[in-house]
Amino acid sequence: MDRRHFLRGLGVLGCSVAAHPLLTTVTMAGSEGGRPLGDHRFVVMILRGAMDGLDVIQPQGDPDYAGLRPTLLNAQASDLDGFFHLHPALGDLMPLWDAGQLGFVHATSTPYRDKRSHFVGQDLLEAGTGMDVPLGQARDGWLNRLLQSQGGLSSETAYSVGRDAMPLLAGAAEVRNWSPETTLLLSPQARLLFERVYHDDPLFQQAAGEAMELADSGEIGMMKAGKGTGGVKLDDVEKLVDYAAGRLRQDTRIAAFSLSGWDTHRGQLGGLGRSLTRLQHAILRLQSGVGPEVWGKTVVLAMTEFGRTARENGTAGTDHGTGGAMVMAGGALRGGKVYGDWPGLSEAQLYDRRDLMPTSDVRAWAAHAMRGLYGIDRSVLEGSVFPGLQMGADPQVLL
Amino acid sequence: MTIAQTIAASRFGYGLPAPAGAPDTAEAMLTALAGPDLAAQAHPIMGLVEYLPYLQQMRAIKGEGKGDPVQVAKRDALQEEIGRAAHRAIRFSFARAVTAPDGFRERLAVFWADHFTVVSKRASDVLLPYALVEDAIRPQMTGRFADLLTAVTLHPAMLLYLDQANSVGPNSRLGLRQDKGLNENLAREVIELHSLGVGAGYSQTDVTEMAKLLTGLTFSAQEGMMFEARRAEPGDKTVLGKTYSGTGLEPIKAALADLAQRPETAQHIARKLVVHFVSDTPDADLVATIAQAFAMSDGDLMATYAALLGHPLAWAPQMQKARQPFDFIVASLRALGMTAAQLNDMPFKQFQSQFLVAMRVMGQPFKQPDGPNGIPEEAEEWITPQGLARRITWAMQAPGRLVQALPDPVDLAQACLAERASEALLWAAARAEDVEQGVGLVLASAEFNRR
Repeated sequence: MDRRHFLRGLGVLGCSVAAHPLLTTVTMAGSEGGRPLGDHRFVVMILRGAMDGLDVIQPQGDPDYAGLRPTLLNAQASDLDGFFHLHPALGDLMPLWDAGQLGFVHATSTPYRDKRSHFVGQDLLEAGTGMDVPLGQARDGWLNRLLQSQGGLSSETAYSVGRDAMPLLAGAAEVRNWSPETTLLLSPQARLLFERVYHDDPLFQQAAGEAMELADSGEIGMMKAGKGTGGVKLDDVEKLVDYAAGRLRQDTRIAAFSLSGWDTHRGQLGGLGRSLTRLQHAILRLQSGVGPEVWGKTVVLAMTEFGRTARENGTAGTDHGTGGAMVMAGGALRGGKVYGDWPGLSEAQLYDRRDLMPTSDVRAWAAHAMRGLYGIDRSVLEGSVFPGLQMGADPQVLL
Repeated sequence: MTIAQTIAASRFGYGLPAPAGAPDTAEAMLTALAGPDLAAQAHPIMGLVEYLPYLQQMRAIKGEGKGDPVQVAKRDALQEEIGRAAHRAIRFSFARAVTAPDGFRERLAVFWADHFTVVSKRASDVLLPYALVEDAIRPQMTGRFADLLTAVTLHPAMLLYLDQANSVGPNSRLGLRQDKGLNENLAREVIELHSLGVGAGYSQTDVTEMAKLLTGLTFSAQEGMMFEARRAEPGDKTVLGKTYSGTGLEPIKAALADLAQRPETAQHIARKLVVHFVSDTPDADLVATIAQAFAMSDGDLMATYAALLGHPLAWAPQMQKARQPFDFIVASLRALGMTAAQLNDMPFKQFQSQFLVAMRVMGQPFKQPDGPNGIPEEAEEWITPQGLARRITWAMQAPGRLVQALPDPVDLAQACLAERASEALLWAAARAEDVEQGVGLVLASAEFNRR
């Protein structure tokens, strides 16, 4: 019953998972028909815990907003376009906004509705499936299925960075999993002995093999630690981002990692600010880490499992909701814009009379971004990466 | 050593060599579990009654002005005392697991502490998660599930962790006066995580009604858990088709008892037990047998455990589970022959670097899971390249720092794995370049890391 369900698919290939018709595995990497990914970089951050989109990109121009958010309404928020204002903890991103390298999608969500469980919500976000796929039946993540549709990939093409396994990237296509602060010093003899000891257990054999290989490659391009902002701990974010940036400067095209700390049931003013400071730092650090040339070919999507209640709750926080927001950044982005249709915030306009009404499927934005970055066929995106998705008209989020 | 004895020790306990007097059959394990909690007596950890005076003093000092140097010194001294008590609680948690003959009880305590995950939110509250285990989980986990669910839900550790302490009925006296309202965090998780499970048929309305029903429940340092009528939402509340009237703790307890009795709860708890102890991909018949025992006995947990231990599939020789980091470190300490005295005498700094930092980098920061759903079960979550690299590194480096003389690696393999030590492992252990490497091979082996 949690987001790790479909990681199991890795360990039980060939086992009898009743296949949903929409979950047929697409052509494996390296087989005919695919084309290698081009030069663009695609970074996905999963914001675990449900980011409150209404507080991050505040619709201060909506007449109902102030009434719904008496303590959270923030006068220091930066004006984005006269209607939306950006939370002050993302204020250092304003130069990116002005340069067209920062954008948002508002009132968007996965197809998940009604139960508002973090864990199912994250499962669905990473599986990239609709509500028609039974809980726990998804075998792989959408970003892995993207890789499966491509030929000519190397083992360096995609990285899942950090201690958490990322269901988003789990699946049949080869993906590197590494946490940058890990080292593994083994003598040649110890390696031989471990290879023998793990020989009959595929899970251990595969994990150890990859660990030895990655440990050999050493730490790439670690920059020196930056200063923390306002007492927020940032060194773990820096390690993740620096490692990802080091890879993306080379042969890696796709990287994913998680940032947690978004479940702001109470005292949201401080809690959300801290998490946004980390997100802001991750984006800026990635920009400087990959350098101007690679940044110009990069798109970052920061996605969350769902939004939060339109109304503040009784404890100066918000409870689990539906429609949320996605943060986008990168030199390849057509930013400086809040995308998406605004549904309004009057009670009748809310979903279930409590949440921001989703007006788009967050998968469609990701699909159009990947189509723009890598020229992937709509049929592949709608058929296997996001089975059952209707992408709709191209919103042209890329340059 | 029979395979059943090995399974009893590793799948349902913290591994071999089993402490003296450890039960090694299903019957003996259940008998021990039905008896007194000897490990808690041997290694006592502070419950809420002892802890509240600390919290009272702490909150009193905070109320008296932050700038006063006398108060600041008092606060620091108090926080230091709480810190020392927390260190003892951590040591004793390890010591119980490493040394208790009744290993099934220790494993169950960890299982339920994860099922009812709480994390402390501020430094002075650091002992609350331990208090939840001492006050609610260990005493109730051998009784009825309804009592366990109630004891946990009403415990200050839970009321604070899932924000219930701040929730106010919008139409209550306090709600109307101060324009305050609901926080549905606890209500949602009681249904989604603690009882029915997310797959069950409930709606947002049930969650909201449950949140209204729980209003009034709050916490004060003076009294611990308390029911404050001025916070309670007036009127009837309907959760899962059943209407609860009246005010006070009674309707809350009635609703929790009803949740505990639902067939979805029986199924959810049965499945979680099987997933934790036996297999990430649980056998449907095994789950059904346990769920039936739970349902037929009105949620009697001893009958539920008996159904688990009485089923042949629970004793299948194939080791399908990966040990979680705490389990891995405890089993290693036991294999190395660490005693409770050694764990207690070790400088805390060393304890921290060898065990707590190690657990963190292996992906399981001690007593600090990421969210209320606790830590993952699947082997693939733990045996990742980075996770396994951390285990290998720890297995090669830590033992030499922990014990005076390392054991012969082949002897160690036989002592901690018995007949499960593979030919390949014995072959490799005998060919290690040095004893540290040999011990590392054994402790990082697939056999040792599975149960």
